[in-house]
This record gives sequence, structure tokens and C-alpha cells, in this order.
Amino acid sequence: MADPATFADEAMPYMSSLYSAALRMTRNPSDAEDLVQETFLRAYRGFKGYQEGTNLKAWLYRILTNTYINSYRAKRRRPEENDLGELEDFYLYRHLGGLEGARAGRSAEDELLDYVSEAEVKAAVEALPENFRMPVLLADVEGFSYKEIAEILDIPIGTVMSRLHRGRKALQKGLYDFAVDRGLAARESTDEEPVHDRSRS
Amino acid sequence: MTDPAAEPQPAVVDCAESVRELYTFLDGELTVERRTAIRDHLEDCPDCYGGFDFEVELRQVVSASCQEDVPPALRTRVAEALAQLMQDEPEPA
Repeated sequence: MADPATFADEAMPYMSSLYSAALRMTRNPSDAEDLVQETFLRAYRGFKGYQEGTNLKAWLYRILTNTYINSYRAKRRRPEENDLGELEDFYLYRHLGGLEGARAGRSAEDELLDYVSEAEVKAAVEALPENFRMPVLLADVEGFSYKEIAEILDIPIGTVMSRLHRGRKALQKGLYDFAVDRGLAARESTDEEPVHDRSRS
Repeated sequence: MTDPAAEPQPAVVDCAESVRELYTFLDGELTVERRTAIRDHLEDCPDCYGGFDFEVELRQVVSASCQEDVPPALRTRVAEALAQLMQDEPEPA
């Protein structure tokens, strides 16, 4: 059981990562600020239920996620999750031609940013259907483990893994579409054939 | 007592298998044995290595792009709201 007097000291350092996630979830700075504030107030009220020594960041993210689902998501139509299709493995790598320039002294990271801007990366994350956006955010931005994500989102680990898999590919497709729109990559046929058969795993 | 069937087999991983475990590998969710097997494959396979390496870089770009600075006004607002709440409810239920 945690001492409420220590709540602010312990929880406030997580504000910037909570706010970053809140922005990607609500896609709107004003809602993100309200969501963060509400998360902190709810967390304070529930702090006695927090087991000291366990993962405070994950506990706060669970409150953030629940608050978002209860208060903000209802405003929107339910996101569709079946329109992602099946995308090949290494989607973006294959479509950008393996970033040959990376071998000429520049980092692949710099090369990537030639194709898509930071703002476009944010937009591509925000464009993901919510069921995929949340696991991708928690894993790729916040670095939570599968088990932590399963607990935060209250879904089985297998579901976390499959949503991450599909969500990451969808993100790559979104990034590729930005590069195409900018004329930096060629538009290709939309027939996507899975390169590897995953059904036997 | 040793059961020959239980002896550790030198694991050999092909491209399909390594691609299948791409994310579990990058997420650090594989056992040490699987991890080593995939790593061995990557050392021998420039194509898979290129793809894995790209995924690592991409993740760094995504993560860095999604970090936001907290507006100072929000920090103040939350601190004040918390202070008020702690005054009103010094002992949360």
C-alpha cells in the first residue's frame, strides 16, 4: 500500500511520457491535457491500491488507458479493424528499396527521415485503428513488455502480439503512403503477397 | 540420467523462421536459445540482417518522433489540482 503523501513525487516524473501517449490517443492537445490531468487525479484517489515496489509507470498507463476508453473514446465512431489487409514482411524496407544510401555514410535513421517527417510519423501512428495504435504506442514508444501491455490493456498476451504484428505493418504502410504522396517513392500495385507463410507457426 | 532426446540441439533457423520471430526478437521476448539462433542466422544472412536492422532504426524514428514536451501550463495545472485534491482528500479511499 502506497502513501498518498508521496504520490506527487513518485508520479509526476511520468507526466511527459503520459502526455505523449495521451496526444497520440486523443489526437488533440486540449483533450490530451484534460486526459492527463484526470489520470493524475484518479491515480491519486486510487494510490492506496497501488502496491509499492511494483511498476508505477505501467499502473499509471493503465489508468490513462481506462480513463481514455471511458471518457474520450465514446465520442468517436468505433474504429474498424478489419481493413488492414495482409501486408508482406519488412514492408517498408522492401518498398523503399532497402535504403541503399545508408551504406554511404549516413545512418538509416537519417535516410528514413528523408522519406517521412516527424509530423508524418505522428500522423501515421494516430491514423492506426485504436486496437492497434495502443499496443504499438506502448511497445514502440514506451518500451513496455508484452506482459505489461497485456495488463495495461486487459487483453491476453497472444492478442498483444498479434495486434503489434499487424499494427506495425499498418504503420509501415501508412509511412510508405506518405513517402509516395511526397513523390519520394513510386506507387506500386496494391497486390500484397505475404512473403512467408506464417500459418504454420 | 540423460535422455538423448533432451540434449540441446544446435538450433538452425532459416529466413522464414527468423522473419516470423522478427518482432519477438526485437521486443526482447525470446528465450536465450531462440535469441542466439536468430542472431546466428542474421550473421549469415545479409538480407535478413538488413531487414532487421531497418526495423530497429524505424522503431527509433517512431519513438523519437512521438516524444512530446509537456506544456508548462499543464504541469502547473496538474500540480495545483493535485494540491487541492490532497487538501480535500488527504486520505484517499
